[in-house]
Amino acid sequence: MMPDLGKYADAVLGAYAASIVLLVLIVWLSWRKAVSVRKRLAEVEGRTDG
Amino acid sequence: MSIWEYANPKKFVESTTPILPWLFALAGLSLVVGLVWGFFFTPDDFRQGSTVKIIYLHVPSALMAINAWLMMLVTSLIWLVRRHHVSALAAKAAAPVGITMTLIALATGAIWGQPMWGTYWAWDPRLTSFLILFLFYLGYVALWEAISDPDTAADLTSVLCIVGSVFALLSRYAVNFWNQGLHQGASLSLDKEENVADVFYQPLLVCIAGFVLLFLALVVLRTRTEIRLRRIRALEMRARRTGVSA
Repeated sequence: MMPDLGKYADAVLGAYAASIVLLVLIVWLSWRKAVSVRKRLAEVEGRTDG
Repeated sequence: MSIWEYANPKKFVESTTPILPWLFALAGLSLVVGLVWGFFFTPDDFRQGSTVKIIYLHVPSALMAINAWLMMLVTSLIWLVRRHHVSALAAKAAAPVGITMTLIALATGAIWGQPMWGTYWAWDPRLTSFLILFLFYLGYVALWEAISDPDTAADLTSVLCIVGSVFALLSRYAVNFWNQGLHQGASLSLDKEENVADVFYQPLLVCIAGFVLLFLALVVLRTRTEIRLRRIRALEMRARRTGVSA
């Protein structure tokens, strides 16, 4: 299943690994911040309404 | 209905709630299909060998690095002209995504360059203007963080964005302006002779669609977060004022 990447295997796999890590990182950081800010807003709104 | 209705923060959050999961799902699907197609089911190039598979990451990310800055330029201009807060926050939200795209383009370009050019880096017009664009991205984020008043921060970052647009355009057209350097011309072209072969072109288009959709999904998600942060700040300030006056 794995294609034969020949003598450039390190370069190709390295490029894919670096890119996938960066893409996953930005999605995870954005998602984590979105969740924490949404919770904080609910708390602040609860406090100010009460 | 006018497009400016979406400049209302509440309206923006409400209208993007149902589409956000779809955007992420479509982005994920396009990326998986495009990358799997490109990595597993396309042949090696007769000159580049298997390194041609890096095109599926490098071209879409470089495209998005430049277009993210141009999107920030448009939203910054909207902020400067019409003072819509959502547009300033959308520009702020796009910057970290643009940084990520620029980093991917620089990293994959360097990794590809070593076996093909014999060097990770060259002070070539396109590479150099791309590096300067990356530094502008960092400066843009730093400027937002350095100024406590959000409107002043939006004003100054908008001006920085206009200045940086020169390098965004240069990184796209440097190859045409200066007929020198290592970097080749555009991989995508309306000219059939210049365009990449169909066997590489089709998965590349799917990958580009994936990167565009992911960028949109992340910008919408991050803009919603910025709007909520702005609301938290306003509520806390109001609570402090009420507390002081009471």
